[in-house]
Amino acid sequence: MDKVRIIEIRESVFADNDREADRIREGLKRDKTFLLNLMSSPGSGKTTLLMRTIEALKNEFDIGVMEADIDSSVDAEKIAKTGVRSIQLHTGGMCHLDAGMTEQGLKEIGASDLDLVILENIGNLICPADFDTGAVRNAMILSVPEGHDKPLKYPHIFTVCDVLIISKIDVMPYFDFDLEKVREYALMRNPKLEIFPVSARTGEGMGAWTEWLKTQVNEWNNGVKLLTE
Amino acid sequence: MHELGIVFHIIKTVERVGEENGLSAVSKVTLELGEVSGAIPRELIDCWNWAVRKSELLKGAELVIETIPAVTLCESCSQTYETVRYGRICPNCGSDLTYLVQGNEMNLKEIQAC
Repeated sequence: MDKVRIIEIRESVFADNDREADRIREGLKRDKTFLLNLMSSPGSGKTTLLMRTIEALKNEFDIGVMEADIDSSVDAEKIAKTGVRSIQLHTGGMCHLDAGMTEQGLKEIGASDLDLVILENIGNLICPADFDTGAVRNAMILSVPEGHDKPLKYPHIFTVCDVLIISKIDVMPYFDFDLEKVREYALMRNPKLEIFPVSARTGEGMGAWTEWLKTQVNEWNNGVKLLTE
Repeated sequence: MHELGIVFHIIKTVERVGEENGLSAVSKVTLELGEVSGAIPRELIDCWNWAVRKSELLKGAELVIETIPAVTLCESCSQTYETVRYGRICPNCGSDLTYLVQGNEMNLKEIQAC
């Protein structure tokens, strides 16, 4: 029988996934494709916000959407109605997407000839934060009914995101939601976080968010910094 | 389920290491797990015992978990304290300018194999 030996590994459980994610980003840079990873709780209004974002940017960019869900294709069907390319990714019971699954999705959707691909991650504030998908930017949505204390309860996701979209601000008068508190708690976790309060229903604040996204896509794809008006 | 995804990633890494080192069977995998890493040891082991049955290399391998205690540092008084016991507010001076210095780890430490 072979001799038993101990092999030291001493690296993070996520190290292989992180390396794979870096490879994906290199490929995206070559193909001039911007990948946005969008995360949130279930019911935060992700799909609605996405549809409004697509409407604002579809004349500018070739857009694709990858909808990740444990099952069903309800969301991909809704997105397909906006006229952009969309696919449904099923994680088969898993609570997050990792770099490997994202790469398969990018191939399937034909990302190399798209300018902007949005990955709608599984509705969950815990697991997706641990797995780098290879996205260029990470965004999360926090809706008003969820409450302003979420950055205290789920700190990790706030540290990995570049953008926090506070959605459904049109219903703020009916909830005990303190916009200043959420800003304070979120910036405490991540001082570099960009925060956009929006209502996809009334359109309030949507311009600032889509402008930000437009600038990011142009910078990544062309290396051009556009002046914001 | 969060733990199952983590277990799949550990298995994938160990299989890569196994291939690189020409291993034929892995009998033990040691994981260093921070107290506030968000993964529950008992759940990890349950998922592990189910998942390794599907791996040629890891069939019957044991998952050993070593806990790393969570420690928070207070910026106001420069003292450290136990995170799990006191949370975000410093028990020494009452400040909330605190951050975690260790306890969030999820590291693959070593494997025993032949």
